[in-house]
Amino acid sequence: MTQQFYVSPEQLMKDRADFARKGIARGRSVVVISCADGIALIAENPSPSLHKIGEIYDKIAFAAVGKYNEFESLRQAGVRYADVRGYSYDREDVTARGLASVYAQSLGAVFTAEQKPFEVELAVAEVGFSQEQDHLYRLTFDGSIADENGFVVMGGLADQISDVVSGAWEPELTLAGAMQLALHALATNKEVDELPATAVEAAVLYRASESNRGSRRAFRRLLPEDMTLLLTEES
Amino acid sequence: MQDPSTGPLATQATSSFTEHLQRSRPELLPFNQSLPAGVVPPSPHATTIVALTYAGGVLMAGDRRATMGNIIASRHIEKVFPADEYSVLGIAGTAGLAIDITRLFQVELEHYEKIEGTLLSLVGKANRLGAMIRGNLPMAMQGMAVIPLFAGFDHGSGVGRLFSYDVTGGRYEEQEHHSVGSGSVFARGALKKLWKPNLSEENAVAVAVEALYDAADDDSATGGPDPVRQLWPVVYTVDRSGNRRVPERDLAAIAAAIVESRAAAGREA
Repeated sequence: MTQQFYVSPEQLMKDRADFARKGIARGRSVVVISCADGIALIAENPSPSLHKIGEIYDKIAFAAVGKYNEFESLRQAGVRYADVRGYSYDREDVTARGLASVYAQSLGAVFTAEQKPFEVELAVAEVGFSQEQDHLYRLTFDGSIADENGFVVMGGLADQISDVVSGAWEPELTLAGAMQLALHALATNKEVDELPATAVEAAVLYRASESNRGSRRAFRRLLPEDMTLLLTEES
Repeated sequence: MQDPSTGPLATQATSSFTEHLQRSRPELLPFNQSLPAGVVPPSPHATTIVALTYAGGVLMAGDRRATMGNIIASRHIEKVFPADEYSVLGIAGTAGLAIDITRLFQVELEHYEKIEGTLLSLVGKANRLGAMIRGNLPMAMQGMAVIPLFAGFDHGSGVGRLFSYDVTGGRYEEQEHHSVGSGSVFARGALKKLWKPNLSEENAVAVAVEALYDAADDDSATGGPDPVRQLWPVVYTVDRSGNRRVPERDLAAIAAAIVESRAAAGREA
């Protein structure tokens, strides 16, 4: 019979965390920026159909990096959670905080109990009536949760991109300004100064969508042509 | 939230919100109950809905009355709802159940859209609604029937389409116009005379309001326009750009014009 070697809990957790971190760093990055017009979500993603950004509920969106099958199952579970909650209580009672804490519990349970942790990092964004009411939560593979201020950068060269964004971010940014900043930041360590609109997946949570857009659903996906239009109108 | 760590996710995956509720929270479904024997006490009933096609779209209108036996249960009830961006539904029958079924149907369509990343086809939506009405059949046998009318814009063929249902969930596509509820016979008679092919949107709204006026004239469970309380029918139009609620002031003007022309004619019927 083979003898099982003793591994200290510290070592076990460290190994798992290193494993997950490596998986996440291999992928491409996602940037979520709160701006005056709402919240912009931009992911470097050449595929037009396999999304890293998704709508969860009226004012809530989801962005993820890491393994597609893992974050896609989390996204679907989030949509189910939000829809059941909104149906059994009221649409107002679905909040990003509630969703983020359920995600944190799921990720935490998988990290400690399963064979392998999820190699994902998530952002849950909720747009408010004013910018102070915006919520950005970052969730990591081990279930830890952070309430971020202004912007979230995840995956790939997250630290370097984060430096670029934090250098130029200000609350007064317009939507086009935020997109421009994200395109510029995502091009860090690349030969170009700015990624083209076709290389990214972009979406936006519009502020006050009821009065501005006639819909309580604030989320809208931006196609490359919408992006180009938005950026040329700005300049 | 279903825990992603337990069990094979693929077998649990469904794009249908109703199916998900059936598995995880069956008590939340409006129709998933077995009632004991006995008579259900009086409960509010929703009444007349009319729908008609016009050039480039389809519209649906409902009066504002709910009745409970000989009592007016509500003068303000709204019985026509947007189902999603490109479709609307109206309901007649037991109001409590009908409103919950409407809510469930709205979430069902939005849920599919979010999970799959694409809209259901119009016929797909109509079939889902039929399945829900069939699910309500046990309640209908206890006297709590819900009869919807469904209309939407079909992007494939570029026209507005109408679907009616029976209590068993049977789905029937209707041409030109249709009406459900207690005043529907009178509204239908009016529609037969007023509806014409290729109506403009403006005229179509006027036709719908006049059909409801005729229904309210002869059916005590249908409410007419109420200038005292400023209550007008709820009218939604659906065309290529999505659904739109017709503003109150337009409806007030249309209702006033109808009353005025009838008064000027000075006839009994």
